Amino acid sequence: MALPRMRSPMRSPLGRAIGLGSAKEGVEHWWAQRITALALVPLTVWFVIEIIALAGADRALFVAWLRYPQQAILLVLLLIATFYHGALGLQVVIEDYVANERWRLALLIFMRLAAIAFAVRGIFAVLKLSLGA
Amino acid sequence: MISDPRPLSPHLQVYRWQLTSVMSILHRASGVALAAGAILLVWWLGAAADGPEPYAGVQRFLGSWLGRILLFGWSLALFYHLCNGLRHLWWDTGRGLELRSVYASGWAVVAGTLALTLIAWVVGISQWTR
Repeated sequence: MALPRMRSPMRSPLGRAIGLGSAKEGVEHWWAQRITALALVPLTVWFVIEIIALAGADRALFVAWLRYPQQAILLVLLLIATFYHGALGLQVVIEDYVANERWRLALLIFMRLAAIAFAVRGIFAVLKLSLGA
Repeated sequence: MISDPRPLSPHLQVYRWQLTSVMSILHRASGVALAAGAILLVWWLGAAADGPEPYAGVQRFLGSWLGRILLFGWSLALFYHLCNGLRHLWWDTGRGLELRSVYASGWAVVAGTLALTLIAWVVGISQWTR
């Protein structure tokens, strides 16, 4: 049975329910960075091995390799994890080095949208090759 | 908005470079380089999807001396960021935070990076020219 919580006089019930402090955001960024990093360890190792195995291959061989669903799926996962992890990393870089508030916000927004755009472009290419003619 | 910034006391020109600080900034720098490399990866995938001619164009660039240098630099960044990233995850469990451990693991990361890069390129080149 849970002990009743002492009600803090400095917090509204909604504030207590949402659970965030004065920093306005919690540990999500840190956690997402670790999760994507964890996923990227095996995905990157796999990718490096495949790239080396495919060294010198012509386009036909590469497309044939991508026809295998496992390879295409792993490549899609790699793209998602890479751009997500990269966006989180670039976010802290921008936050650290851009002093001007307007530029910082603009760059953060642009970077995030660009990461999504590039990821989708990559995923589309993989799917087109794996599934299509 | 700062139009006439006040002078700062020197830091980079004064403080001694140490393995800890160098590896930390290298982790960030390699991360940024990898982000740029990811864009290059998407460019390559897009070209492959577009057809044989665009693909041949990208392959030609990657085969040029500039392309090779970029690829080598990218592989260095990748292996460094991977090894040092594992070190970071290890730190996140609370381990290895004593100074001796930090230096030992730091040098291990440097050695691992060089070894992995060397192995990857030796095997890759032998594959390419087989």
